[in-house]
Amino acid sequence: MRIESKDRFETLRAQARESNASRMQQVLVCCGTGCLAWGSKKVAEAFASEIAKRSVDATVDLFVKSTGCHGFCERGPLVALQPSGILYTKVKPNRVEEIVETTLIGGEVIQNLLYKEPVSGERIAQYDEIPFYKNQVRVAMRNIGRIDPTSILDAIAEGAYSGLARALFEMTPDEVLDEVEISGQRGRGGAGFATARKWRSCKAAPGDRRFVLCNGDEGDPGAFKDRSIMEGDPHSVIEGIIIGAYALGAHEGWIYVRDEYPLAVVNLGIAIAEARKYGLLGQNIMGSGFDFDIKISRGGGAFVCGESSALMRSLEGKTGEPRAKYVHSTEKGLFDLPTVLNNVETWAGIGAIIDRGGEWFASMGTERSKGTKAFSLVGKVKNTGLIELPMGTTLRHIIYDIGGGILNDRPFKAVQTGGPSGGCVPAELLDLPVDFEELTKAGSMMGSGGMIVMDDRTCMVDVSRFFLAFLEEESCGKCTPCREGLHQMVQIYDRLIAGDGVEGDIELIERLAAGMQLGSLCELGKSAPNPVLSTLRYFRSEYEAHIRDKACPAGICRELTAYEIIEEGCDGCHVCFKACPVDAIEGVVKELHIIHQDACISCGACFDVCPTNTIRTFPKIELKKAEVV
Amino acid sequence: MAEIPRSDLSVAEEILGGYPAEEPALIQILQDVHRAYNYLPCDVLERVAEALDVPLAKVFSVSTFYKSFSLEPQGDTIVKVCTGTACHIRGAGLLVEELERQLGVGPGETTEDLSFTIKTVNCVGACAMAPVMIVADKYWGSAKPTRVKKYLAKGGDDEN
Ligand SMILES: Cc1cc2nc3c(=O)[nH]c(=O)nc-3n(C[C@H](O)[C@H](O)[C@H](O)COP(=O)(O)O)c2cc1C
Ligand code: FES
Repeated sequence: MRIESKDRFETLRAQARESNASRMQQVLVCCGTGCLAWGSKKVAEAFASEIAKRSVDATVDLFVKSTGCHGFCERGPLVALQPSGILYTKVKPNRVEEIVETTLIGGEVIQNLLYKEPVSGERIAQYDEIPFYKNQVRVAMRNIGRIDPTSILDAIAEGAYSGLARALFEMTPDEVLDEVEISGQRGRGGAGFATARKWRSCKAAPGDRRFVLCNGDEGDPGAFKDRSIMEGDPHSVIEGIIIGAYALGAHEGWIYVRDEYPLAVVNLGIAIAEARKYGLLGQNIMGSGFDFDIKISRGGGAFVCGESSALMRSLEGKTGEPRAKYVHSTEKGLFDLPTVLNNVETWAGIGAIIDRGGEWFASMGTERSKGTKAFSLVGKVKNTGLIELPMGTTLRHIIYDIGGGILNDRPFKAVQTGGPSGGCVPAELLDLPVDFEELTKAGSMMGSGGMIVMDDRTCMVDVSRFFLAFLEEESCGKCTPCREGLHQMVQIYDRLIAGDGVEGDIELIERLAAGMQLGSLCELGKSAPNPVLSTLRYFRSEYEAHIRDKACPAGICRELTAYEIIEEGCDGCHVCFKACPVDAIEGVVKELHIIHQDACISCGACFDVCPTNTIRTFPKIELKKAEVV
Repeated sequence: MAEIPRSDLSVAEEILGGYPAEEPALIQILQDVHRAYNYLPCDVLERVAEALDVPLAKVFSVSTFYKSFSLEPQGDTIVKVCTGTACHIRGAGLLVEELERQLGVGPGETTEDLSFTIKTVNCVGACAMAPVMIVADKYWGSAKPTRVKKYLAKGGDDEN
């Protein structure tokens, strides 16, 4: 079974391709986190037994659609049929017999199991035809959803380890480095540091023991690209790491995975075991004479552990406290030895770069940001999910053409990128081409590719407070500007959203922000003011309204907002009555409902469920004024 | 004062046996211990410190640093509400409040009968189905406050 030469690898790949091609029919049952939760294992079992019972010439395989893709998780379990390309959604075990009968044997499509496009309402049979997918260019995510992540042969048939074979047998380690340099690839984990430059600086460090690490901590809330890659195509990550190790002369590697990603740990574990079995990890890889192996380390659930020096401390079994930047981890990293750390998506791209050439990668993207980038498009947008696009694609294209526009056709307000260290990009900048430079110029960041779309029902003061509170909790507490600065900021924001803001608060926030940027030890503290500064830059009037008018223009901050039912529109559907957690709504079916202001806690639950949009918000202060009169 | 019940250390011994007795294994060992005992019992931590030859203070500092560890016994069912950005703007706060009303305890707390522990987590990577609530290991996407009771009742049950 061990692959002992390049020829053997190529033969195996050819065989795997042939066996895939000769498969008559294939039933792919999604087993991603979402679909598993909907009981997709039972669906797979039902298919297997039904197919056996009728002796249909078909196989049942498991696959993982990228987690959360296209909001598909909500429509799970998903079943894709090959070679027809038909995708069925919400497949329950009791419909399996019908699918086998009608589609596998009869060749007919079952309309009511097809995906319904939320924008047009059209039912779409073919997976590839869904607009959300048609517009994408996938490099790091090339095989997600196409392969069974637990089958190495499936991955090899789709090209996995071809780049590794090329590197080991046709290129010297330095040529691999050159190729990565030509690609212009920059790290996909946040700062966008050039991959080749990082590798070179590690390679130049003295000593002969060095490490390669993969950052699968994915701490930015709202981002899940790395999770999807690790779950859906772990081999792309492993292949990239081996190639990197070869270029650097490293023999030991680790993948650090977030504790909240159990399925990623399982699938990576299976992939590593299989790769060892086939001689793609371990001693004498593919008979090339190169030795390398990978271990998985589960994180402990601390955001700061995504930071490179903290991650290394955590791998050493310690608390994940970062250290000052003047010590370069490429020279003194894990166990104080030269170390390269790259993000999951960065590694996943390496195999493709070596296989298809750096020039190919560099032909996509912008002047300084090459290639494609994965984003998780979430929030108040119609089509949520994971996308990969050439760098330089405009926000408008992403949000409107791919995302299908804003949920319930409300106005677009801003998109938050870069996680807690990023910022909010406002509607005026919809035509911004998305790359490292442009996002930074706009006061935000690429970060790990989370894009959280916000509509007019999002309060920018509340969102900023959300990030500050997140970071306050996650700050490791080692340095004062970050620990105390965040704490003070949160207190100021608490005042603002409670209507207790005073003149001078904005200036105070700005001064604190400047101090934190200057004085913090690691990027967590240095970049913590970003969401604050970007919302101040684009939405200053919203802050002023909180302070001067004691009003929340978005109608979110509870202390400042009251709700009422608009008489003309209410048809007495009673939905709000049921949604109210504190019984503040009175009314009987088919009659006008009213909200009792003294009981209302302004949670907005009624607003969210009202089907006729007849609940409105207004500043609470008007109630108080009315009382006085 | 009531005597603190001792934990069954044989499970801990088994976990320790699976790792090299050195500091880098500490977090992985604590994770396994947590899984086995549902929290980190004090006496087990003492045993881990001794086995790895790491000061107990260090073991405690690691145990309190990482969010996935609890030093208190946890409920049989862990209820997690994602309060990541995507879930936040789609109303995760209302879910937490409803849970508090239903169970009478807040985030990070355990009901007196040790049946439920509420936790808030930062993004579980299923943002497309925001807001997300996880009861035992069952993910509930597009979770609604009005259904919280149902989610709790169904627990980790596979049926929807
Ligand atoms: C507070 C903080 C959290 C971070 N979290 C992550 C993370 O979750 N995943 C990641 O890949 N990089 C994260 N980074 C960036 C890493 O420090 C590092 O730059 C990156 O992993 C390098 O990989 P790349 O060059 O491939 O992007 C974080 C940085 C900071 C300051
Ligand atoms: S923000 Fe809740 S799953 Fe990502």
